[in-house]
Amino acid sequence: MLPLELQPGQFKGYPPEARQLAVTRIALLQQLPAVFVALLLREIIAYDWKFPAERTDLDRQLSYLGSLAPQDRQRLLGGFAGLRLSADLEKFDWVNAPGEYSERLTAHLWATHQIDAFHRAAVDYMGRVDRGAPEGPPRLLRLGIVVVGRGVVENKYPLFRKLRKQGVYFTRLNPEKGVQKLLDAVASRATAHPARYGHWYIDGGAAEAVSCPALTCVSYEALAPARLALLNRMEKAIQSGIGGPEALRTMIAELRPEDVGLKGPAGDAVLDHFQVSVLTQGSGTQIFSTTFVQWAAREALRRAQPLTLLARFAPRQRQRPMNEMLSGEKQNPALDPEGSLIDADMGAFYTWLNQGRLAGAERSSFLVWFEGHQEALAIAPALPRNTESDSSIDLKELVGQIT
Amino acid sequence: MAQAVSRERRNFLRTVTGAGAATALFGLAPLRALAAPRARKVLVVTFGGGARDDETFMPDGQENIPHLLTELIPRSTFFTQVVNRGILGHYVATASLATGVYETFNNFATVPPDHPTVFEYFRTDLKRPATDTWVVAPSNGFNRIGESGERSYGRGAGVILPKRLLAAALDSGSGVEYQHLLRDNYETPLYAPEISGNEVELPHLAELLKISVSDFTTHARNLASPDELSVYVAKELMRQLAPSLLWITLHDMDVAHAGSYSLYIDAIRRTDRLCAEIWKATQSHPEYAGKTTMFILPDFGRDSDLDSGGNGFQHHRTGDALSRTTWMMAMGPGVRESVVVDRPVEPLDLVPTLGALLGFSARFAEGHPLAEVA
Repeated sequence: MLPLELQPGQFKGYPPEARQLAVTRIALLQQLPAVFVALLLREIIAYDWKFPAERTDLDRQLSYLGSLAPQDRQRLLGGFAGLRLSADLEKFDWVNAPGEYSERLTAHLWATHQIDAFHRAAVDYMGRVDRGAPEGPPRLLRLGIVVVGRGVVENKYPLFRKLRKQGVYFTRLNPEKGVQKLLDAVASRATAHPARYGHWYIDGGAAEAVSCPALTCVSYEALAPARLALLNRMEKAIQSGIGGPEALRTMIAELRPEDVGLKGPAGDAVLDHFQVSVLTQGSGTQIFSTTFVQWAAREALRRAQPLTLLARFAPRQRQRPMNEMLSGEKQNPALDPEGSLIDADMGAFYTWLNQGRLAGAERSSFLVWFEGHQEALAIAPALPRNTESDSSIDLKELVGQIT
Repeated sequence: MAQAVSRERRNFLRTVTGAGAATALFGLAPLRALAAPRARKVLVVTFGGGARDDETFMPDGQENIPHLLTELIPRSTFFTQVVNRGILGHYVATASLATGVYETFNNFATVPPDHPTVFEYFRTDLKRPATDTWVVAPSNGFNRIGESGERSYGRGAGVILPKRLLAAALDSGSGVEYQHLLRDNYETPLYAPEISGNEVELPHLAELLKISVSDFTTHARNLASPDELSVYVAKELMRQLAPSLLWITLHDMDVAHAGSYSLYIDAIRRTDRLCAEIWKATQSHPEYAGKTTMFILPDFGRDSDLDSGGNGFQHHRTGDALSRTTWMMAMGPGVRESVVVDRPVEPLDLVPTLGALLGFSARFAEGHPLAEVA
């Protein structure tokens, strides 16, 4: 089907807000290359479950595309229009199954050596949108905090190696009540600057009690029933001969929160969908808590663009045969705190990188702390770089310094 | 970017090994002609789940590859820029390495390569028996890699999937103490494909290697990972059958797909140790010592930390320069030692190079023999 043939009635299977958006923008969609429309529809069809920042971003792109003269739009999207598609892809129902179309398109682009051209087109497109309709700075300077090393008594691994050049490495930090002080700081920011999905706390174990409605909380432990339900579904699908990893992936991608028993507080379907996506789209998030925290933090930053993020790693289970881990049989597997610290150290680096991809990154702050110990590293515009400090400071004071 | 990656490796290698540039050596009489042994053996060791420079050749990563740096690279001609332009999936990429053509089949399908494999060229052109070439590989789909779907060929290598063998051996007894050796496919941690096809079965292997099933399982108990099991089987093959062309695909480091950096690093260190162990095995075995050319190469890299489309070390999905650009080392009689080759080459060049070394024609391969070693 060609985009020019799009009709409003074709979106009747979309959720309400997604349908409204697609119908409102149908004149624009009809003028875009098929590949690009399909990928755009993959975003639009999930509009009802998107965070405010994602909606703003999608609206920004659509507005920008709509503001361009036809020839400018054609030039902007020329890289997508030039991709050679197979007959199967051209016939595919990308209106109703844009996600599956995207999977098939990816395989086709790899097989036909067009994946690099696609990436170039995508990077070029986003660059031009950002220049043509730039995002505004966040209304509060962004703060990212990562806590690593829970359960580690003695450590010989050189921590924060990849981050030390960026800030101050503290060696005599007072760790007393550190987690509580960080949670208080985060809750205080959330209360003072309320923003829906603007302040997050992600925990790789059980979340600490926080009485702050403005804080979005996600934890590995709270999702244990959903993880088990997901693993059971996968196991059943594999046993029934689902037809291969790609079919399994498609099946998982279509799961809804209720399919894995996830029913959050009323009106928080957006968070439920986010949590399911972390478990279904993140490789390893179902079995390793360290992977869960890193991926959830990455996705929260990328999608919700929070003003505050606290990500706390916890020990993951030891490595066992993958099929045994997936079966979820052993309820209390042995833990690997030392290995988890190394995972978390890299996870902290990735969290800082992901925070740096958001608007206003040059004015944002970042803190990583070795839980229960005196080592921390802070990065902030006001702090020197590549410096070591042996001053005695506690976490409340340190957060105060960098915000 | 690929050139920058290459330059980093080259500069580092020159520092630590005193290696010279191959370009400075061209024009000399090919050393291989002087030293080519009569009964040449070739070992190819590939890594499924490439190691990035960050964790290997860059300053912070060098601690992970002491054996490559101090024992193997000084003996090798090292290609700093092997650019993979194909599909970055382990089975399809390894199949491409083995055919010399960028295969385009579904990475997760249990299908043979479309083009003749190096094993078929070797056996057909040189009239070698089935026992003279083997593949030892992880279990995720590699069972069809020994023979292509090309009708004019079809007599290729026996494929040994040690994990499958061990699982079969444990069917009748408790397997708890061996579970660490039975880890499944990592490229899709959520799915371990069913395997049916051409792999060698346990009783057949036991007969070939003159080892009992109980000896096999007893030895396995003392090993730390699936790759150690693969190397054990490969060494037994060398001892009992002394194949002329042996292909070993290691796969432990693909645990990175599960997102655990520490497990990924552990696997790199293990792979580094196993590569040295394989080389030592060739040097201590009379059938191989002084006659063996060994190639070591990752099938491809992994994503850069800096590409927002990926998630760093975890995957190889972006197709960025770091995931496409890798390296290869060759060592053995006639191969110059401590030489660094900067020019870009492709993994497709491996099969024609093996053809030049062993004397067969890789007529469907799209690569070119590497003049520096063949």
